[in-house]
Amino acid sequence: MVRLLTHNLLACHAKDCNTNNFPLQFKDVQLEIREADFNPEFLKGFMPKIDWKALVDTARQLGDTSLPLEQPEMVDDEFLKNLHHILLEIHVEEGSMTCPNCGHVYPISNGIPNMLLAEHEIG
Amino acid sequence: MIPTPDLSHLTNTDFEKVYEPAEDTFLLLDALEEDAKSLKSINPGICLEVGSGSGCVTSFLGKVLGPSVLYLCTDINPHACRCTLLTGRQNQVDVNVVNGSLTTPFQNRLAHKIDVIVFNPPYVPTLEKEASDAQHSGNIGGAWAGGTDGMRITNVLLRQIDSLLSSAGRFYLVALKQNNIPEIIETMQDQYNLTGEVLLQRRAGREHLFIICFKRQSSISLQ
Ligand SMILES: C[S@@+](CC[C@H](N)C(=O)[O-])C[C@H]1O[C@@H](n2cnc3c(N)ncnc32)[C@H](O)[C@@H]1O
Ligand SMILES: [Zn+2]
Repeated sequence: MVRLLTHNLLACHAKDCNTNNFPLQFKDVQLEIREADFNPEFLKGFMPKIDWKALVDTARQLGDTSLPLEQPEMVDDEFLKNLHHILLEIHVEEGSMTCPNCGHVYPISNGIPNMLLAEHEIG
Repeated sequence: MIPTPDLSHLTNTDFEKVYEPAEDTFLLLDALEEDAKSLKSINPGICLEVGSGSGCVTSFLGKVLGPSVLYLCTDINPHACRCTLLTGRQNQVDVNVVNGSLTTPFQNRLAHKIDVIVFNPPYVPTLEKEASDAQHSGNIGGAWAGGTDGMRITNVLLRQIDSLLSSAGRFYLVALKQNNIPEIIETMQDQYNLTGEVLLQRRAGREHLFIICFKRQSSISLQ
């Protein structure tokens, strides 16, 4: 499933595409919201690994403005619940992700992102 | 004892397209279970299984390490990706699957951030062409076809490990005797200072299977 969590970890890896290749831009997406177990420990552990700006921007593009522009140092329950929802409950089921640098399109179908490249596109 | 994950939701039709767990898979599960205590002691945050197939191994790892860990999987076979997702759900393990080759989708963002990497590769010696055809088509042949020495795909992954593994990270690899275990261990030591150790080995029919675990030298001296 492509949730914003996975999306935050995927960069374009096409041949010679090394700069400005993240975050991939969602296009024509079909979203599904599915509840997930709230696990503050997981969220706190994962926070340092998030590219915060990419997450906030992507959430806003999908219509969710609940995250602050800067990652807070002190986290409360309300913040963690918002983060939980954005990272783990919004599923992109169909659509695509486009590289902002080279324009390569990575399709998403049945919730699975296709990051495969053809032989001549591999670096 | 940790039970083998429930795969009862997968059918024979699934196993026509996706590798069905076999002796190699079970040897890997045994090794992960034996190593569980030491694995937990590094307090892993991110696990990546390359070539997750049915999803059996990652779901098992999910039971060993619990829900506060991020589980990522890749497979070149789209049917395997679907099965991995379903197996995660069936076993209440939250798994994130990407249809991609080896670790490439994550190389940019997860440099030195992955704590556990697991690979049960296509290790069977075959014609080179059989291996390259299977890699292109992403079909079930990709589950075993490994080229002349069975190392065609594994060798590519071995070159990706150092840049992804965290300082205390572990890399678990399944290999066959014909893959030349001493040479694999020596190469990883010489080129990346990653120290390999055989955790388990077992003869299963014609196959003599090994599980090798690699760690950074620095993380070993700390123990
Ligand atoms: C021996 S099967 C192991 C499946 C499962 N992990 C298990 O242990 O039962 C090898 C798996 O690796 C996948 N695979 C082969 N080449 C790959 C590649 N370049 N990148 C990712 N996965 C690959 C195959 O599709 C297959 O699912
Ligand atoms: Zn690109």
